[in-house]
Amino acid sequence: MTARFAIGAKVSVRAAYPPGHVRTPFFVRGKTGVVTEIMGAYRNPEALAYGRDGEPALPLYRVQFQTAELWDDYGGGAADSTVVDIYENWLDPAEA
Amino acid sequence: MAHDHSHPHPHQPDLEETPLTHYQAMTEAVGQLLIEKGIITGEELRATLESIDSKSPAGGARVVARAWVDPDFKARLLVDVNKAAEELGIDAGIIPIRAVENTAGVHNVIVCTLCSCYPRNLIGLPPDWYKARSYRSRAVREPRAVLAEFGTAIPDDVELRVHDSTADLRYMVLPARPAGSEGLDEAALAELVTRDCMIGVTLPKSPGA
Repeated sequence: MTARFAIGAKVSVRAAYPPGHVRTPFFVRGKTGVVTEIMGAYRNPEALAYGRDGEPALPLYRVQFQTAELWDDYGGGAADSTVVDIYENWLDPAEA
Repeated sequence: MAHDHSHPHPHQPDLEETPLTHYQAMTEAVGQLLIEKGIITGEELRATLESIDSKSPAGGARVVARAWVDPDFKARLLVDVNKAAEELGIDAGIIPIRAVENTAGVHNVIVCTLCSCYPRNLIGLPPDWYKARSYRSRAVREPRAVLAEFGTAIPDDVELRVHDSTADLRYMVLPARPAGSEGLDEAALAELVTRDCMIGVTLPKSPGA
């Protein structure tokens, strides 16, 4: 498996809204976070859901977001964070 | 005096009196087709259901208690829950489970916003509220308010870290060992570990509480 992003990389989640079975939650689309772990490669659930083989397997990342950046009026602590498992096809390098 | 049924009892409906939902009917149909086509046997289906029902939070509690008394085990647990559970004779299945550790600075909470992913092969079936849309949406949007409803207050200077298990892994919280539990043995420690504290909506029980 060749992972495109390294731990610590800043990544943006694609702001895309395709139809079908997608496992990237709406609330992180278009948001920027940091890769905290690379979990290995897993078959693409967007293809598996329709009876295809899901190959090639996609690197799966844990991406950490500052919760206050996900919601306009988040009322919790400043350090609160949200970690979401995201497949590589949903991630772009974040612009510096 | 014996119960002579001179008074009426409220009618308790049999299971069959409630109409099947669409998905119940589909589940039954798929199960029957798999058996008729010889892909699985009825016995395999029965044994699988029995195995699912045999899992309970007690499995997770044993793992947590061992991690509290054995730092080397804890280190292995944080790398691979399934493998660590196997050391205790617990079969946590093939879906990889990861443990996230509560520390002085971080409190972890688990949710699956998309459906109801849960480490069920280790701690049993999820509670109904875990599968409810209200928990799934509010745990990411206002997690501190949700925790307050469970009676859990996390100080503002502690990072509340919400894990959304959207993909191929399952998550459980490794809670911090409660104060005052120094004298307890492993079995007594496991008694302090509840299902809800492994989801992260509460803390473990206090010794003597």
